[in-house]
Amino acid sequence: MGEPFTFYTRLNLVELLGRTARNLSELLEGMQSVPGSSIYFHTHRFLQQHHYMSPEPPNDFAFWVTQSMNLDALGEQLSCIDTVQFRRVEDLRQALVRVLTARRDRGQSMTAVCSEGEEFHFMSCRTFILPTGQSAVTVAEFLDILKTISIDSLYYHVFESRLRLEKEDNDFSAWFESLGLGPLAKAITRLDPYTITLEGLRQKIIRLVSFYA
Amino acid sequence: MPRLEDYIPIVGQSAIDGLRLLGDRLRGKTIQNINSTAVGGGVAEILSRILPLLKEMGVQVRWDVIKGDEKFFQITKKFHNALHGVPQELGLGDFDHFLDVNRRNIGELAGEADIHFIHDPQPIALVEEKARRGKKWIWRCHIDFTRPQPGIWNFLSEFIAKYDAVVFSAPAFSRPLPIRQALISPSIDPLSDKNKDLEDSIVDAVCQRFQIDRSRPILCQVSRFDYLKDPLGVITAYRLVKKHLDCQLVLAGGGATDDPEGMKVLEEVRESAQGDPDIHVLFLPPASDIEINALQRASTVVLQKSLREGFGLTVSEALWKAKPVVASAVGGIPLQIAHKYSGLLTHSLEGTGYWIKQLLNEPGYAQRLGENGRLHILNNFLITRHVRDYLLLFLSLDYDQAVIRL
Repeated sequence: MGEPFTFYTRLNLVELLGRTARNLSELLEGMQSVPGSSIYFHTHRFLQQHHYMSPEPPNDFAFWVTQSMNLDALGEQLSCIDTVQFRRVEDLRQALVRVLTARRDRGQSMTAVCSEGEEFHFMSCRTFILPTGQSAVTVAEFLDILKTISIDSLYYHVFESRLRLEKEDNDFSAWFESLGLGPLAKAITRLDPYTITLEGLRQKIIRLVSFYA
Repeated sequence: MPRLEDYIPIVGQSAIDGLRLLGDRLRGKTIQNINSTAVGGGVAEILSRILPLLKEMGVQVRWDVIKGDEKFFQITKKFHNALHGVPQELGLGDFDHFLDVNRRNIGELAGEADIHFIHDPQPIALVEEKARRGKKWIWRCHIDFTRPQPGIWNFLSEFIAKYDAVVFSAPAFSRPLPIRQALISPSIDPLSDKNKDLEDSIVDAVCQRFQIDRSRPILCQVSRFDYLKDPLGVITAYRLVKKHLDCQLVLAGGGATDDPEGMKVLEEVRESAQGDPDIHVLFLPPASDIEINALQRASTVVLQKSLREGFGLTVSEALWKAKPVVASAVGGIPLQIAHKYSGLLTHSLEGTGYWIKQLLNEPGYAQRLGENGRLHILNNFLITRHVRDYLLLFLSLDYDQAVIRL
């Protein structure tokens, strides 16, 4: 028997950076210089705030470019960046930056200004991680707890742990791998959690784990 | 007053467990809240609902109110207007008196606290005491800070910079500052009279009382009679809709009878509505929370066509009742509505009319927006989230890093 799986949860305090962008040039400058926690926040905020929706709205940058700058094609380019492929926030930042620098290098406008009141506000988050007091030794125990843990806990183990804390894989897959359940671990890794609601994701993982419980 | 466990059926056991986990980390800490009024106004209302919940978790909270003379409150009223961008005459004597009153209050505020939580501009200069008492100091700005007049901003920013952190309600209020800035939005209490579930018979009775026909579509805006809420614009938008679709309009709100502008707006609204029995202008007395709740629940579409808005919690109130909302993209409203996902944002009267028609013609779409809106409020704008944010804010003062393991 391996190590028990300890369920944690995470809670975010949103912070304001006092920095705004009125056009693409200022958005690019901000993207390049804000802390990694701000890039993480703006690429995951909708996922947390609107976790009941599918399809979910895209990241904040894409949403702003589409809604406030009326640049649908550019917004689509920013929204379809495959967040799940990145292991580090810095790599995700560079992917976003590349979309805007490519536009700049093509000589397309970067200075058209949004309407007053529609500015992009750079934000960030301070993340608190704390144990829920629940842990599982067996797959069956894991399954029982998974059915009732908060969305915040699920979010932590699937998203925060992997990209924010730069672990190789999500926590669930890492634990199943340690139990010698490689196929289950890989099946969970293969899921694209960015294109499904968090409740939908929970149900998918429950179905996968049920085969082994 | 509701207890934490009363919220479990609404937000779930795990959300309340999360609050208790955080509360345990703050057990024994003393938080001193200071504002300028014990009753009346949004700040007092929020504190009176949140503090009992914090106490229940074992956090030692106190609430003290500063004392000031009439001149002091006249000056702070000018501050308030200047922060809203309305030009004010503020002389050196005004600033001196403001500081005198704050300094006198420092001596009268008894007791030690781990965190001093100062609300709004009136007591902002109490932070001068930080040099002697030490501990942590937070300034909570509850008001619209989008376009402060430079003079007042220069005066207040010197004090703000002395705090450990500042809290704003909307991103647009943020500005470059040398201290940390937290975003904590206001909230609604789902167990309050204004938001609790109502029997349909009560909704019926309220509508009957005001002669509103529930068998026909009802458009409704709940707000003070104030030019910035644009009630005349709402009537124009209603008339654009009425050309094509049968509907009624309810404009419901209160206002102080000693507010000459409010009464003037009300008169203009009544004049504009004259001759149309389908426009219901309801000037409600204070403590009409059940009536407002019922009117929102009876509505087919809820409007908030404000020209300026601090936060606009009436939007959250309507969304909580799963109503489709058409609202202006001002103040904190875009935080509450993601356009076409959890409501509709507009920038003009014509746009408002256009979206209302869409919603009346497509009840399935209207229903989806309302349901998404209710979930958005459930997840982000209820009092339990507000309490959680305050707990996180208090805890965050002891850490510098972005990821904190408790």
